[in-house]
Amino acid sequence: MQQIIEIKPLENCNEIQRDFPILQEKVNGKRLIYLDNTATTQKPDVVIDAMNEYYKKGNANVHRGVHLLAQRATEAYERAHEIVALFINASFEEVIFTKGTTESINLLAYSLAHTLQKGDEIVLSEMEHHSNIVPWQQVAKWKGAKIKYIPLTTDFRLDMEKAKELITEKTRIVSVAHMSNVLGTINPVKELANFAHNVGALMIVDAAQSVPHLHVDVKDLDCDFLCFSGHKMLGPTGIGVLYGKKEHLETMEPFLFGGDMISEVTYEDATWNDLPWKFEAGTPNIAEAVGLAKAIEYLQKIGMENIRAHDIYLTSYALEQLTKINRVTIIGPKDTENRGAIISFTVENIHPHDLAEILNRHGIAVRGGHHCAMPLHQKLGLTGTTRASFYVYNTKEDIDTMITAIQEAQEIFK
Amino acid sequence: MKKENIVMINRNEIASGQLIEDKDIYKENILEHYKYPQNKREIKECTIKHREFNPLCGDDITLFLNIDNEKIKDAAFLGHGCAISQASISMLTEKVKGMKVEEARNIKRDDILTMLGIPLGVVRMKCALLSLKALTKGLEKQ
Repeated sequence: MQQIIEIKPLENCNEIQRDFPILQEKVNGKRLIYLDNTATTQKPDVVIDAMNEYYKKGNANVHRGVHLLAQRATEAYERAHEIVALFINASFEEVIFTKGTTESINLLAYSLAHTLQKGDEIVLSEMEHHSNIVPWQQVAKWKGAKIKYIPLTTDFRLDMEKAKELITEKTRIVSVAHMSNVLGTINPVKELANFAHNVGALMIVDAAQSVPHLHVDVKDLDCDFLCFSGHKMLGPTGIGVLYGKKEHLETMEPFLFGGDMISEVTYEDATWNDLPWKFEAGTPNIAEAVGLAKAIEYLQKIGMENIRAHDIYLTSYALEQLTKINRVTIIGPKDTENRGAIISFTVENIHPHDLAEILNRHGIAVRGGHHCAMPLHQKLGLTGTTRASFYVYNTKEDIDTMITAIQEAQEIFK
Repeated sequence: MKKENIVMINRNEIASGQLIEDKDIYKENILEHYKYPQNKREIKECTIKHREFNPLCGDDITLFLNIDNEKIKDAAFLGHGCAISQASISMLTEKVKGMKVEEARNIKRDDILTMLGIPLGVVRMKCALLSLKALTKGLEKQ
């Protein structure tokens, strides 16, 4: 359930902006207004510095060697697991580092495929990102399983009545986005987890958009697995997380095989290392793990509740201003209840790329296209949308500039 | 099919890494071709029909060519997308009408950029050159 919080912007937003060196860049002589946070977020100095420090003072391979640097690297890398675990209320063994959400979902798809049989069903939703569709399509082809999609309601939310009908005794896996990267909708994944568990299926949550913006507690959601990426939460690219309930991870087959994931190897066979290392073959992205840990500390300093309040404040203002412009259609829920700081919209007679180009003249970075959700756009009869998404360094003034720029684009394409 | 005809993006443009500066790409001729495209129709009985799609922005072009005696008698297109991609194909169909096939095969990236007359960054280059890709690949079918 949505928490009751006071809707207000972050008081120290100006200070926050100064923490991000890239926001000092000028675009066409104008201040950079970065509204493409759904795609990736910018990095504060503390994250960049932490990674530099690691390379300058602690670089070594982890879990091998006893020299000083190996100790520093291993300590930093394991500490990053601890910080992530505490952040989502998981335990250390349940946090596996991957390259990102996509790899986390692929790991699950390949590993869980071993348990699937012909005729088993996988339930997804119509608003999924390609990364939560394509791996399951491949697994379904391989194992003869069937994919079913939970449809949307007219106000761009999941049809929970239909979801209940679709999740049956045949369902083995339910995998749904916590927050849609196109619509901004926050889905009731806790309820879906309940549906899944009632029929003995596993619940996977694609939390790429939610973990950066909401207080996510895996115990509260009671999901079996949860996936997210570091770069969408002020951290570096190349690091992501797969959370899994220990009981599942213990029995699952590894995805990648090689160094560090083994316990004992003979010429004939091998046994697996303890969790979480069983799923982390090869030399991991150590500096990126250090960067992610620092990003989490930075977010926690601001406070996840305060970030949520800031998101609602900006989203509500942007929805209100966009609605005032003629020939602008918002593709997503019109209110801020169970909705994140992601707004996709279309402007009549202006292609999203042309709009994005004109916004760029004002220093504004938005995304135009299908946002890696082609099936959803096809379903909605759209070739693309323009998407503005906000984070801790965005202000009401950023939205005002965007509104002016949209009106200018309408003049050009009149 | 000659190698240099393959549409390629110049990698150096990516390496320059500059934030794209203000460029007036929405010049009047571009907007005119976008709003009032030339030859936007289907040629039912055509010699060549070829579709190109740019998944990045959803630009979609189907090019129709009518070739007779090694000459392009008629060129038309159907499709949708951004102003740059649609203006580019509209202008290109005008350009190749009446052209010898051999001459059309020799149209290169720079010819398209000259035809458009606007400065383009690496991202929009794909929109601009989708028309040429449709023509080049279409003519390969012949």
